[in-house]
Amino acid sequence: MSADLFSIFIIAIFIENFVLNQILGICPFVGVSNRVDSAVGMGLAVTFVMVLAGVVTWSIQNLFLAPFHLEYLQTLSFILVIASLVQFVEMVIRKTVPSLYQALGVYLPLITTNCAVLGVALLNVRKGYGLVESAVNSLGGGLGFFFALLLMAGIRERLEVAEVPVAMRGAPITFITAGLLAIAFYGFAGLA
Amino acid sequence: MSEKLLVTVGPHHHAPDTVARIMWEVTLALVPAFLISLYVFGGRAFVVTLCGVLGAVAGEALVQAVFQKKPVTLADGSAVLTGVLMAFSVPAALPWWTAFLGGFAGIILGKQCFGGLGQNIFNPAHIARAILLASWPVYMTTWLKPGAAAGLIGPLPDGVTAATPLGLMKETLRNPDLLNSLAASGTTALQHTFHELQIGWGSLLTGTIGGSLGETGKLALLLGGLFLLIRRHITWHTPATMLGTVFLGSLLITRDPQMALFHLLSGGLFLGAFFMATDMVTTPMTKVGHLIFGFGCGAITLLIRFKGGYPEGVCYSILIMNAFVPLIDKFTVPRRFGEVRAPAQEVKA
Repeated sequence: MSADLFSIFIIAIFIENFVLNQILGICPFVGVSNRVDSAVGMGLAVTFVMVLAGVVTWSIQNLFLAPFHLEYLQTLSFILVIASLVQFVEMVIRKTVPSLYQALGVYLPLITTNCAVLGVALLNVRKGYGLVESAVNSLGGGLGFFFALLLMAGIRERLEVAEVPVAMRGAPITFITAGLLAIAFYGFAGLA
Repeated sequence: MSEKLLVTVGPHHHAPDTVARIMWEVTLALVPAFLISLYVFGGRAFVVTLCGVLGAVAGEALVQAVFQKKPVTLADGSAVLTGVLMAFSVPAALPWWTAFLGGFAGIILGKQCFGGLGQNIFNPAHIARAILLASWPVYMTTWLKPGAAAGLIGPLPDGVTAATPLGLMKETLRNPDLLNSLAASGTTALQHTFHELQIGWGSLLTGTIGGSLGETGKLALLLGGLFLLIRRHITWHTPATMLGTVFLGSLLITRDPQMALFHLLSGGLFLGAFFMATDMVTTPMTKVGHLIFGFGCGAITLLIRFKGGYPEGVCYSILIMNAFVPLIDKFTVPRRFGEVRAPAQEVKA
C-alpha cells in the first residue's frame, strides 16, 4: 500500500505532470512564471489548494453525489466548491496569518480559475482513488506544478536578458520553451 | 583629444581563444570517435553524420540569411558541431532524411528561436535527438550490428540489426522467466548480455558494440575528452561528477562492481559527460554549479536506466538539467573578493 502511494506520488509529479504532460493549468504557468519568487508563491498556493480541493471534492463525490446518483452535477459542484473554498481559505489566512496572505497576494484568488485544480479533482474521481490516494495524488500534482513553474521561471528570467529575436519575445518563446521542457520530461515516461 | 592614445578600461588580458577556434577544436576532438564509428558501422555512419551536419547548417543559414538578414555565421563551426553531436547520439541505421530533419529542427527550435549562439537554454543536439525519438521511435531504436554490411542509404537488409548492451540488459532484467532460468544455470544477467551479443569488456572500450553512432568508442571519446581538458575548453568537474555518480550509484544499487563498470562503459555516458554536459552555453557558470550539474545528470541517468521506460537516459538527463541551469546559477553566485556576508537582519515583529 505504501509503495502504491509512493508510485502515485512520483507519477503525479514527473510522468503525469499537470503542466508538461497533461497541458493543464497553462494560464498560471505562462502568466506567473516571470520571476522566481512569484513562481514560488504561486506554486505553494496551488499545492496547498490542490490538496485541500482533492480532499473536499472526494468527500463530496463519495458522501453526497454518488449516494444520491447526482454525478451529473459533478463539474458544477466541484467548480462551486473549489471557488468558495479558495475564497474561504483566503479569508481565514487574511485574518490569522497576515504575513502569508501578503506573500501569496493576488495568486490565491487566481487559483479559483486554475483548471489544474479542477483537473486533479476530476481525475481523482475518474481513477477511483480513495481518500488517502486522492490526497497523495493531489499533493504530487501540486508539487509537479510547482516544480514546472519554478523551472520555467528560472528559464524566463534568463531569457529576459538573452538576445531573443523580436518576433519570438514574450509568449512565443515561452511556449517553445514549454514544449522543449515537455519533450525533456518524456525521459521520465514509463518510470515505475 | 588625441585619437592616437587609446584609453580603455580593464581587464587588458588577451586570450587567443575565439568562438570559432573552440568550436573547431571540439569538432577535432570528436574525430577519433568518428573514425571508430566508420570502422564499426561503415558508410552509413558517414551518411548520417553528413546529413545531420547539412541539416544543422541549412537551419542556421536559413534563419540568419532569410529571417534575420544578419551575416551568416557558419564559419564559427557551432552549427557543424551541433550537427556532428546530434548525429553521434542517433543510430547509424537512421534514414538520411531523418538525420537531416534532426539537425534542422535542433538548430531552429533549440538554438535560433532563442537568439542563436550563446542564448539557448537546452543543448540543441539533444533537443534534436529528443524530437527525433518522439517523432520516429522505431527508426531511433533500430541499432546497426557492428561490422554488418548495410549499404549506404535505402532500406536495411535483413539481419544487420542488433540490440544495444543496455537495451538487452533492460529486457533481461524485466523478464522474470529468463532471469529464473539464468539463475538456475548460474549465469548472471551481465554474462547473458555479453554472451548474446558476443561482446566482452574489450568491445565496450573499443566500440565494437551496437549503439548510437558516435557513443560506442569509449577510448576514442576519452582521448577527445583529454584533448579538451588539456586545451582547457572543459574542466574536470562535470565529467568527473557525472561519471562518478553513475558508477557509485550503480554500485550502490546493484552491489556488483561488474555491473557498475558495465553501466559506466555503456550507452552515451562518455559522449554526454565530455561533450554535452560541458557545453559552455547550456551549463552552469561556476565550479560549484558544474559539480551540481554533473551530479544531477548522473542521478537522472541512473533513475531512467534503473527505473524508467527507456534503456538509456543520458540525453534526457542533460536536457532536464539544462532546465535547472538558470536556477543553479541563481543560487551559486560566487562571493566577490573581500565580500562579507551581511549579518542576518532582525525580523521585525
